Amino acid sequence: MTSRAVPSAAAAGAQPTPLLSLRDVEVTFTTEAGPATAVRGASFDVLPGETVAIVGESGSGKSTTAAAVIGLLAENGRVTGGRIVFDGQELTAQGAGTTSRLRGSDIGLVPQDPMSNLNPVMRVGAQIVEALEDNGVARGAAARTRAVELLEEAGLPDAARRAQQYPHEFSGGMRQRALIAMGLACRPRLLIADEPTSALDVTVQRTILDRLDELTDELGTAVLLITHDLGLAAERADRIVVMYRGEVVETGPALEILRSPQHEYTRRLLAAAPSLASRRIQLAKQHGADTEAAADLVAMTGGHDGPVGATRAAPVADQPVALDVPDHIVEVSHVTKVFSLRGKGLFSRGTDFTAVDDVSFAIPRGTTVAIVGESGSGKSTVARMMLDLLPATSGEIRFDGEPVGGADRAAQVRFRRRVQPIFQDPYASLDPLYTVYRTIEEPLKAHGSGSAAERRDRIHALMADVALPPSLLRRYPAELSGGQRQRVAIARALALDPDLVVCDEAVSALDVIVQSQILHLLAELQHRRGLSYLFISHDLAVVRQIADHVCVMESGRIVEQGAADDVFDHPQQEYTRMLIDAIPGAGLELGLAG
Amino acid sequence: MARLVLQRLALLIPTLLGLSILLFLWVRALPGGPATALLGERATPEAVANINRLYGFDKPLLEQYLTWLGQLVTGNFGVSTRTGVPVLEEFLGRFPATIELTVVALVIAVGVGIPLGYLAARHQGRALDHTTVVASLLGVTIPVFFLAFLLKYAFAVELGWFPSAGRQDPTIVATHPTGFYVLDGLLTREWDASWDALKHLFLPALALGSIPLAIIARITRASVIEVQGADYVRTARAKGLRPPRLRRRVVLRNAMLPVATTIGLQVGLLLSGAVLTETVFAFNGIGSFLAEAIFSLDYAVLQGFILFVAVVYALANLAVDVSYGLIDPRMRVR
Repeated sequence: MTSRAVPSAAAAGAQPTPLLSLRDVEVTFTTEAGPATAVRGASFDVLPGETVAIVGESGSGKSTTAAAVIGLLAENGRVTGGRIVFDGQELTAQGAGTTSRLRGSDIGLVPQDPMSNLNPVMRVGAQIVEALEDNGVARGAAARTRAVELLEEAGLPDAARRAQQYPHEFSGGMRQRALIAMGLACRPRLLIADEPTSALDVTVQRTILDRLDELTDELGTAVLLITHDLGLAAERADRIVVMYRGEVVETGPALEILRSPQHEYTRRLLAAAPSLASRRIQLAKQHGADTEAAADLVAMTGGHDGPVGATRAAPVADQPVALDVPDHIVEVSHVTKVFSLRGKGLFSRGTDFTAVDDVSFAIPRGTTVAIVGESGSGKSTVARMMLDLLPATSGEIRFDGEPVGGADRAAQVRFRRRVQPIFQDPYASLDPLYTVYRTIEEPLKAHGSGSAAERRDRIHALMADVALPPSLLRRYPAELSGGQRQRVAIARALALDPDLVVCDEAVSALDVIVQSQILHLLAELQHRRGLSYLFISHDLAVVRQIADHVCVMESGRIVEQGAADDVFDHPQQEYTRMLIDAIPGAGLELGLAG
Repeated sequence: MARLVLQRLALLIPTLLGLSILLFLWVRALPGGPATALLGERATPEAVANINRLYGFDKPLLEQYLTWLGQLVTGNFGVSTRTGVPVLEEFLGRFPATIELTVVALVIAVGVGIPLGYLAARHQGRALDHTTVVASLLGVTIPVFFLAFLLKYAFAVELGWFPSAGRQDPTIVATHPTGFYVLDGLLTREWDASWDALKHLFLPALALGSIPLAIIARITRASVIEVQGADYVRTARAKGLRPPRLRRRVVLRNAMLPVATTIGLQVGLLLSGAVLTETVFAFNGIGSFLAEAIFSLDYAVLQGFILFVAVVYALANLAVDVSYGLIDPRMRVR
């Protein structure tokens, strides 16, 4: 462990008593396979009013550590070693009693997923009132008034009316504000924020984190922020604790960790963080380096053999004529999709909702076109029309010169073979009852290509392409990690040798390091096979790394499109600028040395 | 909400119409006929023809059906061929008994099933849980009539704790303004009559409620276990909610959603089970009367009673759907 917390704090002079202090904390889960230690020897302090971020990938033990502090470990989990001291009180020795007394009143929690963390059958206001009442802060009418104030304070507009509504009437952002109001309702001295915004759009994420910052600053609340995004952590936290496989591998002031990471894992995390990677490209350019150098830089800091930027440039270099004679594999012209919503009354007519409004763009062969936008912008509807899963209301999509969605059955089968999807959630998009082998074999069988032996060879070649060992072929999706599943999904998509791959949020569900590996894999495959990608994402940082051409969508319309560098460096629209500013870590002073 | 109720009531009309056709054909498909069943050994061809003419069974099927339908619309459900009493009168005289029986059975099923399932879930994996799971499995597997016989033999015949048949001890002379014996006793302040009626109800209600009880306990258990692991329960704990409020307002209320649906489905099971239970305990409700009507091929009674029961079943399910909206705001139709 590389710890710089003690010297830096000592240098600051008189060290205040930490509000929360963890020493050699060990958390063990009893599983059917025997005890499994999830956290080992975790030690760090949180000073009063300070924001400390725990950063790590999923499975690193960061959420488990937080759960141990607030005493909400899963039933089979226990703190089996070390000490957790909150405000001078030992939480581990006295057992559950002390912790449950502190919960809500002294230690608050803002959980990760706003969709599943509110009681669905209770009004939002009442859910704050019950917290106020049970912690003895206020009761009855006073508690109800206070609940509205708290919601207002968390930035919920029209709070008095909203308090009377149920969670399902709230958007994700509104729910997260309600959860923040709940977490801070009893003015705790420590707030644990467990990935508080990872399920939200970037712009919403930014306003919510800003509000959380302001509130905790005002109230002097210490924050323990759990996140997988190093950029976000660096932007929001005073100090960072990096966890890897259940151990704290590095702690220190946020900027110091960012500028000179000591541990190998921190370096990898830093290289993979999309917010920082795209920032680095930008910085390199500002320093007078050209695109090529920036790409090299990414390759260097990324430490991977498939530099994204370099392969990105390659197809252009191979086909210099492409600039003069546009060779577009996809041409989308004036496409509109209208959904009719059912009317509410018995006789009222349904209303129309325009999800995609007069959208036009083209995908040059062998390149990546990205569509970015927030949820509800219509980007996924475009993807589904591109896959011919949904007919367009008007306008035309041409694939390789032929219109998509014709009645010709044979043409349809040909189209399905040449255009393949990769979806967001590798947990849901693979059949849990199919082995990896059968998953990849399925499209080959469906399109009747080759004998059993030929298929076998093809599947092995595909596994090699996506860098998976053949030993995984007999496994089921449940036995694979998220990254491995997404590789299987890619192998399945490539099985029929498609020309166009539609990636709908293909890396959004993955950890940063895995995300960066998959992005590299996609870039490398594009280079080798001359694939074209339609890349749908809400994450501008990811888009910056992979796209040649970017379309920004807002409420069904493309508000801006152009070459990726142009859009990111010289955004023309206010909306685009807002999206770019909302990337966490955008305002960071970043050392180029990595 | 009112719209949902009206819509569902409107849907009831085509449902009942379809059912009336099926019923009409089904009773006529039964072997024999009301005349032979009624006359028995005295069934000469002339006597049979006479009875058939009297009740109109000699007319073409379509005409018979339309006549019956026409009578239904005016509230005339026909006359029982066996007792000669109008079907409606027979039904209204017996229905309170069945309602009393099914309500007590449902109270036992819900009142024992939900707490049992809830406790099993809270003690998941321990002795109480295993016992509940096994016992509820037994409860589902044992046929109602068999359990009814067992209960009657053990507690009425051998131990003599409960009466073995009927609704009221013949030595008790009581007035019955509503036909609900327990309620009647309370209304007329004849406490002993009320108590006696309850004792008569207990064994049949227990037999009838056993399967719903087991099903409700199992669903409650599964549902509570699922809700206990939900994110919002963890968040509620993080808010510092005290355990009583957490259990009552967060866990139990959410866990009740699937249970409410189950209870609605049990009403059908209770009504069909009533036929068997009432027969075993000589309980004078629509169930035992329906059983006798089948043997005597009493067309009018079969058709009328089953239609009534269908309406009751539909209304019970509608009530459950409405209650579902009360428990779960997401289900409310705006």
